[in-house]
Amino acid sequence: MSQVQLNQSDFEPLQVDHSDAEKIAGESTSYWKDGWRRFRKNKLAIFGVFIIIILGILSFIGGPISGQNYYQNDLMNANQSPSAEHWFGTDNLGRDVFARTWYGAKISLFIGLMAAFIDLVIGVIWGAIAGFFGGKVDEYMMRIADILYGVPYLLVVILLMVILPQGLWTLIIAMTITGWINMARIVRGQVMQLRSEEYVMASRSLGASNTRLMFKHLVPNTLGPILVTLTLTIPNAIFTEAFLSYLGLGVPAPLASWGTMSSDALPALQYYPFQLFFPAFFICLTMLAFNVIGDGMRDALDPKVRK
Amino acid sequence: MAKYLLKRIGYIIVSLFFIITITFFLMQAAPGGPFASERKLPPEIEAQMNEAYGLNDPIHVQYFDYLVRAITLDFGPSFKYVGQEVTDIIARSFPYSLILGAEAILLALSFGVLLGVIAALKHNKFGDYAAMVIAVLGISVPSFIMATILQYIFAIKLQALPVARFESFAHTILPAVALATTPLAFIARLMRSSMLEVLNADYIKTARSKGLSSRVVTYKHGLRNAILPVVSYLGPLVVSILTGSFIIEKIFGIPGLGNEFVVSVTNRDYTVIMGTTVFFSVLLLVSILIVDLIYGLVDPRIKVTDKGAEK
Amino acid sequence: MKWKKWSFLIVVMLAIGMVLAACGGNVSKEESAKEEDSAKEEDSKDEGSTALAADQTLNINIKTEPPSLHPGKATDTTSNAVLTQIFEGLMRLNQDDEPEEAMAESYEVSEDKLTYTFKIREDAKWSNGDPVTAKDFEYAWKWVLDPNNADTDYAYQLYVIKGAEDAKENGGSLDDVGVKAEDDKTLVVELEHPTPYFLDLTAFYTYYPVNHKVVDGKDDWALDVSEDYVTNGPFLLDSWAHKDQIVLKKNPEYWDADTVKLETINMYMIDDENTALQMYNNDELDWTGSPTDVIPLSAIPALKDEGTLNITPLASVYYYAFNTEEEPFDNVNIRKAFSLALNRQGIVENITKGEQQPATALVPPSIFEENNEGYFKDNDVEQAKEYLEKGLEELGLEELPKIKISYNTSEAHGAIAQAVQDIWRENLGVEVELNNEEWNVFLDTMGEGNFQVGRMGWNADFNDAINFLEIFESVGGNNYTNWENEDYAKLIKESRAETDEAARRDILRQAEQIFMDEMPIAPIYFYTNVWVNKDNVKDITVSPIGTMQFKWGYISE
Repeated sequence: MSQVQLNQSDFEPLQVDHSDAEKIAGESTSYWKDGWRRFRKNKLAIFGVFIIIILGILSFIGGPISGQNYYQNDLMNANQSPSAEHWFGTDNLGRDVFARTWYGAKISLFIGLMAAFIDLVIGVIWGAIAGFFGGKVDEYMMRIADILYGVPYLLVVILLMVILPQGLWTLIIAMTITGWINMARIVRGQVMQLRSEEYVMASRSLGASNTRLMFKHLVPNTLGPILVTLTLTIPNAIFTEAFLSYLGLGVPAPLASWGTMSSDALPALQYYPFQLFFPAFFICLTMLAFNVIGDGMRDALDPKVRK
Repeated sequence: MAKYLLKRIGYIIVSLFFIITITFFLMQAAPGGPFASERKLPPEIEAQMNEAYGLNDPIHVQYFDYLVRAITLDFGPSFKYVGQEVTDIIARSFPYSLILGAEAILLALSFGVLLGVIAALKHNKFGDYAAMVIAVLGISVPSFIMATILQYIFAIKLQALPVARFESFAHTILPAVALATTPLAFIARLMRSSMLEVLNADYIKTARSKGLSSRVVTYKHGLRNAILPVVSYLGPLVVSILTGSFIIEKIFGIPGLGNEFVVSVTNRDYTVIMGTTVFFSVLLLVSILIVDLIYGLVDPRIKVTDKGAEK
Repeated sequence: MKWKKWSFLIVVMLAIGMVLAACGGNVSKEESAKEEDSAKEEDSKDEGSTALAADQTLNINIKTEPPSLHPGKATDTTSNAVLTQIFEGLMRLNQDDEPEEAMAESYEVSEDKLTYTFKIREDAKWSNGDPVTAKDFEYAWKWVLDPNNADTDYAYQLYVIKGAEDAKENGGSLDDVGVKAEDDKTLVVELEHPTPYFLDLTAFYTYYPVNHKVVDGKDDWALDVSEDYVTNGPFLLDSWAHKDQIVLKKNPEYWDADTVKLETINMYMIDDENTALQMYNNDELDWTGSPTDVIPLSAIPALKDEGTLNITPLASVYYYAFNTEEEPFDNVNIRKAFSLALNRQGIVENITKGEQQPATALVPPSIFEENNEGYFKDNDVEQAKEYLEKGLEELGLEELPKIKISYNTSEAHGAIAQAVQDIWRENLGVEVELNNEEWNVFLDTMGEGNFQVGRMGWNADFNDAINFLEIFESVGGNNYTNWENEDYAKLIKESRAETDEAARRDILRQAEQIFMDEMPIAPIYFYTNVWVNKDNVKDITVSPIGTMQFKWGYISE
């Protein structure tokens, strides 16, 4: 019979490392990493990205592969229908619509994305601050937005044109000068609605700073409306460019953009419908792509929707 | 509440003052003037005209003139349409824009919300895709292209509706639809997105688990909360539909106010610029105020008189 | 039959003319014109169907709200399109665009061609029943010339009258202005210098009378249709829905009412030219295009193929102005090089498409017939290159700097500028930048001389070469080129004193020669009136100065 030897040391408590108590065993994923993982799974959204990439590539190689340039006039061959030589036909000055479409893609996509980005940055910050702080801050910030909105836009643009040199950046400034207001208003509305939610209070009671509250908690929760507004901003910018070129502020001729191409083709709709069809088609395609990307992003990033 | 309203009206007046001031100086700074024309006037006659219209007065005198005019709502006569009073011009053209705008907003709001709700309820099903394709088309085809296409199809090819002018309800259909396209699509997108969020929210799940019928859940709880982003978009929308209808009014030959607003700037018709700007600004500011009030009504979490987050 | 009555009337007028000629007035030109006129009328009556449709209603588009329907305040084509129908001056342009007695039943011209005496028609009546008197003319003209009356931009159209400019601009007395009502029916007009086109002017709207008994002291009489809006033309202003629609009705009180067949004219204000064309295609308009609207460029070929397009010459020139104070266009050879290198025929055929005439002169061929040929060859690239080389040498330049074309935004201006850009790049190897601007900004740019090459145009007010030539008499005003020439100015001045028509024409031709040698502008084309009208719309006239008249128009069956 063996005797179990127990000694004192056996009854000493194990060393417990309390710092490990909250350790997460799984691989840690950041908000963005996680979002990307979800986004990748969304086939439709990936398809949208794919379209944008193709459009982007074509905007650079489209002209060269057709062997035509976007500015060469050929008055004798104006207003032709699509043919082997001119794949998308020719415009009223006999220029190759295919080459112009892809040159236009470069300009329109740049303008659209840039305007959307600037609207996004200004609009979200402005709206979030106004909505979060409320009271006097909100009152002043929103009244400034109102005033900007109330001053005749056309006058502002005419003056910009006189003060600033002609160019893409002047154009983008002209577009964003009031463009961000809608975004700001929508973000403000959302933030006002959300700032009294429990998770905000919880975070606040944990001592989160205002900036953290706003941009870590509130803004991600307004992602849906932000993305929707953003997808409207892009086509808006593309067509505002056409309107501004009427004022002499758009891209100078003979440069092409989708906006000017479609507004130039509009009067000829009855006679040469293809001139409108091509730029309009690619605008729609681009927008479709951006929309499914936007949806995909929201599904991936919005904490309220993802499951 | 009354105190809040009073305060807001005070802000409106202050905002108006700034808008008038900025517009006045922009107007003065813009190249050209109301009497500029390809056919130059003899300098002496131009001087007489400037004198008669007070354009020779020092700038601060002119500025106070405009301020006083804005306060008394008497903007004086147009420069371009000789002798016509600005107030008359606004009074005769606004009804057109108003009717058109009201129809368009009604269309955009009802169909936009409907489309958005359908899309959200049928998330990632056929109904969703169909609604969203319509919305994408609406967003990417701007109103002026839409107007021309509608005119071409319905008035010229099908001969179902009049080409242009404003004489009966039938005349208003095409312009109103064209005007409504973009906001309709935008509202549908906005609605779908916020509806999806709301349907995922805990209180909806709670309501469901309590056994409320899905209709009640959708309409009573869901819609009410989901419509908020749309509401905050409504204020500026009302105004942009009224001012932004310039191209639609041009294409359909409608003598509305959107047209006057734009044409006055290109004509440098100072008094009309000021008159229409003040008119639109009042409209804008009041509709924003109304939107803020509606906000409080729709969403119990927001109090318009809220002092804001404690700092 | 109505035409019998009408030709009888013409015969009567002819007879009056002959009597006048016998009295010593020099009206031989009018006389022969009238003979041709009546002959032509009879011809056209024989060939065309003259059966009137039961509904004599005409629907046209005037594009915009007329800025003013006060004849003394109006300054534009749209207002003119209305005023010409509802008012009438001493003369009216007839169907051959020659001035013909209207409110005046006869006139005499003094030997020195400085004094015109008009007899007002006995049966000339205002729409309220008052007789039209010489006093109405005197009042109207002096009202315009009164420096206290604002919005009288076109007062300078009256400056051929003695003392008019003085009264308007230099504090001269209105009493010294050379217009006087001797009695109710006699109007005596004294001119500053002999003016061969004075009768044309009396048909212009600034010269229309107003009923002084009604309008005196009422500044706002022309703002709306009211009992104060009293007119004397073939039609009455029946209603005026601002920015929307004007309705004219036949004036039964008009002295020549028998000639007028149209009962109602609906004038719509459709700004969009495509919409107007669609309304035309839908039979909602009977007429669209010139002179109050334009046909969309893209529609022109199709309409031409259908054979429905009407094209007549317009005394109007489209040109590119050079800024002659700025390098390189301070050099005449460079200017010539740029002008000669243009392919006008190509531009006209492929862009404007309205059978405009390539312009190689300043004055339209409807005034100077020789200008069908012009002063140089179109699209003369060889010669242009020579000029270019010479010019560069003179300037001491290796190659041309970048050139900028300024124009105001419009479909046609943009297309032409882009074509010119391409042509100059191709033919002269120069890089060209395009600068399109909003209308007012553009005018400012041009006025300030902040341009190198600028789009411009000039539309005649009356059918005379002086209209085009005097623009460039001195710098300023409508001469944006900064170009001045002493000899040129001297010739223009000389022409004003010359009473002999042929000699005057010679002088003006010489002036044009100098102008084209110096080439401060590159003329591009002479405009045309381009319009479509329904087949049953007859005898509406569109003059080479762009005035549209409905007096003789009718709807056939």
